[in-house]
Amino acid sequence: MNRRLMRKVTNAVALGLSGFATAVGLFFLGAILWTLISNGIAGMSVALFTQNTPPPGSSGGILNAIYGSVVMTLIGIVIGAPIGMLAGTYLAEYGRGSRLSAIIRFVNDVLLSAPSIIIGLFIYEILVIRMGHFSALAGGVALAVIAIPVTVRTTEDMLNLVPQGMKDASTAMGAYPWRTITSIIYPAARSGIVTGLLLAVARISGETAPLLFTALNNQFWSTNLRGPMANLPVVIFQFALSPYKNWQQLAWSGALLVTVTILILSITARIAVSAGGGGKR
Amino acid sequence: MNTAAASFDTRHAAKQRFREMLFKGATLCAALLVLILLGGVVLSLIHGAWPAFSHFGFGFLTREVWNPVTDEYGALAPVYGTLVTSLIAMLIAIPISFGIAIFLTELAPSWLKRPVGVAVELLAAVPSIIFGIWGLFVLAPVLQRHVQPFLIEWLGPLPLIGKLFHGPPFGIGVLTASIVLAIMVLPFISAVMRDVFETVPDVLKESGYGLGATTWEVIWKVVVPYSRTGIVGGIMLGLGRALGETMAVTFVIGNAHRISPSLLSPGTTISASIANEFTEAVGDLYTSSLVALGALLFLITFVVIAAARFMLLRLDRRALSSV
Repeated sequence: MNRRLMRKVTNAVALGLSGFATAVGLFFLGAILWTLISNGIAGMSVALFTQNTPPPGSSGGILNAIYGSVVMTLIGIVIGAPIGMLAGTYLAEYGRGSRLSAIIRFVNDVLLSAPSIIIGLFIYEILVIRMGHFSALAGGVALAVIAIPVTVRTTEDMLNLVPQGMKDASTAMGAYPWRTITSIIYPAARSGIVTGLLLAVARISGETAPLLFTALNNQFWSTNLRGPMANLPVVIFQFALSPYKNWQQLAWSGALLVTVTILILSITARIAVSAGGGGKR
Repeated sequence: MNTAAASFDTRHAAKQRFREMLFKGATLCAALLVLILLGGVVLSLIHGAWPAFSHFGFGFLTREVWNPVTDEYGALAPVYGTLVTSLIAMLIAIPISFGIAIFLTELAPSWLKRPVGVAVELLAAVPSIIFGIWGLFVLAPVLQRHVQPFLIEWLGPLPLIGKLFHGPPFGIGVLTASIVLAIMVLPFISAVMRDVFETVPDVLKESGYGLGATTWEVIWKVVVPYSRTGIVGGIMLGLGRALGETMAVTFVIGNAHRISPSLLSPGTTISASIANEFTEAVGDLYTSSLVALGALLFLITFVVIAAARFMLLRLDRRALSSV
């Protein structure tokens, strides 16, 4: 009887703690969003989206930074996503169980956890020094290098979830592996792959560290990919730590903008995935 | 079968084989590129760090000095800061992540599962710079006013751990950075844990319940052993992020190149030093020392991941042998 009671108590305590842990996690999300909204909303105005970053003391917006962030994220994902998906496909299908795959998987894990600031140093060494100046292109490539391992990992994981029976059925019909992969496995793993790509976009669109010394920053409007370009994360970083009130306000507004954009993107894609059906969920 | 159909078959087959070759080649090239990337990162770091390493030798690792004026640099303080902040962050984040994953897979009623799960995933999507700005303007003042005086008063006088809580409450510092890091990595670890918990076959859990086990016993003795590989994988993911996390830490750590026993005093980490000083570094030796710090950070993450992978391999084999 005593033992039975002990087990029940242990159960209740453990489950209670897990509920509490969830509450803690949700509390922080709420706290962060609340801070962003209450501080950022004050700076929301037309000027924010139509003017460039100002010198200290005068008013302005973050148009150039928004443009730069979009451009560099696009460069990053356009280069990174296809490479990552193909490599993930190799690991999960063609190279499954091979020694080469084991090595590549290991290396990919290292890159995945490689601090993004290291990627920044890497691109600085191979692109910025060679070109002789900071550039938006270097920033985009740095973001691509960060997107690749994320996509490789998620693609491989998701392809591995597809039941072997489905692949066998396709192979038994006489389909070549590429046919099986593109017509059977990709659709079956679609929601997972989309989630992976989203993770990659979300990860790179807010990345700051690799842009600090690749794209640098630019106080002015610039569309030149071969020159330094403003971008939201670096602007937020510099403005938030500045002593000027109007710069700090712009940083908060920029932070709200970045976060809302990323959150809306993930939610929309999530809805699209579940509406599309055919996936894991 | 007539000849026209037969020749269509061969043409069709040839086309298929060609596409097969093309697709397979593309995937292989992409996979090899991953190797090339790592090679490039390692070589470029070594190349950039060489002047510092050859100038300071082994002393670079053991010295605490960091003085751009006299051009003397040592890595001890940032390395120490990196390890300590990550360690504390993991101590906080692992239990909470485990709890969230349990809640999402085993406890939450189905109408609650999705919204809570999405909320946690959204926390993962928040960029690190947001955590930084929030940590500096919101968390640090709260800690300074309400938490740190309390820690200093109550834990400070204790014999062994007391040293960790000495000094004035700055707000920013090692402890604050650790907490921000913990909040940051928490959704990553819990998302992975939840995903692996979901792969546990219902039959296994039902057999546990059938034997009269409580929910917790099923979790601890069926779900956790079944998914331990994934659990370690999730923790690895979190630790990797914590070690190299830059922006969130840069905002709240205080950027002081010295080692203090107190968790409340400002410190620095490798990534924070690089982020703060790289663009302003004047002189080759200064820049090179910062790249050398980067090389050290890479080495540390490499060792951590290699160890984790080794554990994963052993776990895999044990799981295989028990089948």
